[in-house]
Amino acid sequence: MNNEKTIGVVGCGTMGTGIAIVCARAGFITRIYDTRAEALENTRKQAAAFLKKSVERGKLAEGEDARIMSQFHPTTDLNDLGDCDLIIEAVFEDLKVKHAIFSELNKICEPHTIFASNTSTISITEIAGGSGRDDRVVGMHFCLPAQLMKLVEMSPGISTSEETFTQAWALCEALGQKPVKTRDTPGFILNYFLIPFHNDVINMVDQGVATPADIDLAIKTALGYPLGPLELLDMVGMDTQLLLCEAMYGLTHEARAACPPLVKRMIGAKHLGRKTGKGFHTYESNKIFGA
Amino acid sequence: MTYQIIQSGLSRSFPDSHPFIEAATTDGANIVITGEQAGQGYQRIEVQLSQSKFVAIELGTECLGVHIGDDDGPDNVLGFARFRLGDAQPTNLIELVHKPYTNSTSVETAKKAFEAAGFKVAVCGDFPGRIVNRLVRPYYNAALRRLDEGLASANDMDMTLRLGLGYPEGPIALLNKTGLANHFEVTRDLYEQLGQEAYAPARRARTAWLRQQQKDK
Repeated sequence: MNNEKTIGVVGCGTMGTGIAIVCARAGFITRIYDTRAEALENTRKQAAAFLKKSVERGKLAEGEDARIMSQFHPTTDLNDLGDCDLIIEAVFEDLKVKHAIFSELNKICEPHTIFASNTSTISITEIAGGSGRDDRVVGMHFCLPAQLMKLVEMSPGISTSEETFTQAWALCEALGQKPVKTRDTPGFILNYFLIPFHNDVINMVDQGVATPADIDLAIKTALGYPLGPLELLDMVGMDTQLLLCEAMYGLTHEARAACPPLVKRMIGAKHLGRKTGKGFHTYESNKIFGA
Repeated sequence: MTYQIIQSGLSRSFPDSHPFIEAATTDGANIVITGEQAGQGYQRIEVQLSQSKFVAIELGTECLGVHIGDDDGPDNVLGFARFRLGDAQPTNLIELVHKPYTNSTSVETAKKAFEAAGFKVAVCGDFPGRIVNRLVRPYYNAALRRLDEGLASANDMDMTLRLGLGYPEGPIALLNKTGLANHFEVTRDLYEQLGQEAYAPARRARTAWLRQQQKDK
């Protein structure tokens, strides 16, 4: 399957890589931008390995992985995103950084191009305010790991036009995802619940309630969750959890959103999670999740 | 290792027969006290228990310290509960509770006894709510409060959490199915023990509990 439209993904971290796989897999020409060439090369390798595994597990037909990778175009030049119909920003949670990227893209892209942010905590209206095209900005929050999870929380900002939201919704469905409309409130639905939930479990470890292994075992066994909360946190990364907490707490001032002290200690020790091989659990490889 | 069961009232962990109960012997070396009055059962026979490698007392929402003291209690006595959400069937999880002074051999022996019957055993300290209730009750309260505040419909909220995190059920459907009134009772107890706002029962849970009280009159 090939799609005439072109999608740009900005940022090749865990989320950006997963989103780029989703786009390319759905047949879109996919341009993935980052300033770091080595990170882009790592993304390309991770995507190829993930797709190869999908073929081995029978989830993709033989040769599909090569075809999908031919849709996958890493670049360190933002100008290469000029022909995109939709751009999904997946950089870290910093409003100034997002404003800088979108205002630059506003000069490069066609007027019809829709800007989407994968932000999980920052207001879409605020992001749109610094984009230069307030009416064509939407929230498209993918879930981790994006290449496996179907849900996308889609949020219009105050100024988002109905037409933009409808087009973005249709593109989301064309990606094979399941969009859910949410209000432009801190954390939307998912992270409103998940960030405090994760802080609670981090505090439980710090208080010595149980070991990470026992906590994950208990939650998976009792509630049927596919991942224990600390396994999921190791995928999110402590550095990201800190940013999420700062964004969420800064907006809500809810006690459960405040970053637990253990997060900063783990960042200091470089125990960030899967990406450094050690978080609450220890990992031998940083291959991306699933197939 | 062998164990005997002392039944002390109805058990939330074992409402029906189970291989763990069936494997007990009348002269087992270790003791498992089940039932809602397991703590009182323990007090009645406390002096006879020092020879056992482990003694396991079934807990409700109370801490193990209620039965053996917080400091300097017997080092072979543990608490346990099979996790069960409201009216749902008990799960395959045993939360095995120890004190800081509990003998590690006692913990390991009791753990093996439960595992031999097919349970997954998570070991935890003697904290209110143990692992699961301590973690999930604030999340359930938040979901109920946000439903009142109109964040999203119950269906959208549940669907988002199911699809976004792979949870088998969303919190609203799960609480409605297993009993909001039970959630009220558990979280009220935790709120009394912990004094943290997150455990204060959500309005919808309190309403469900009050309605149940009226029906039971």
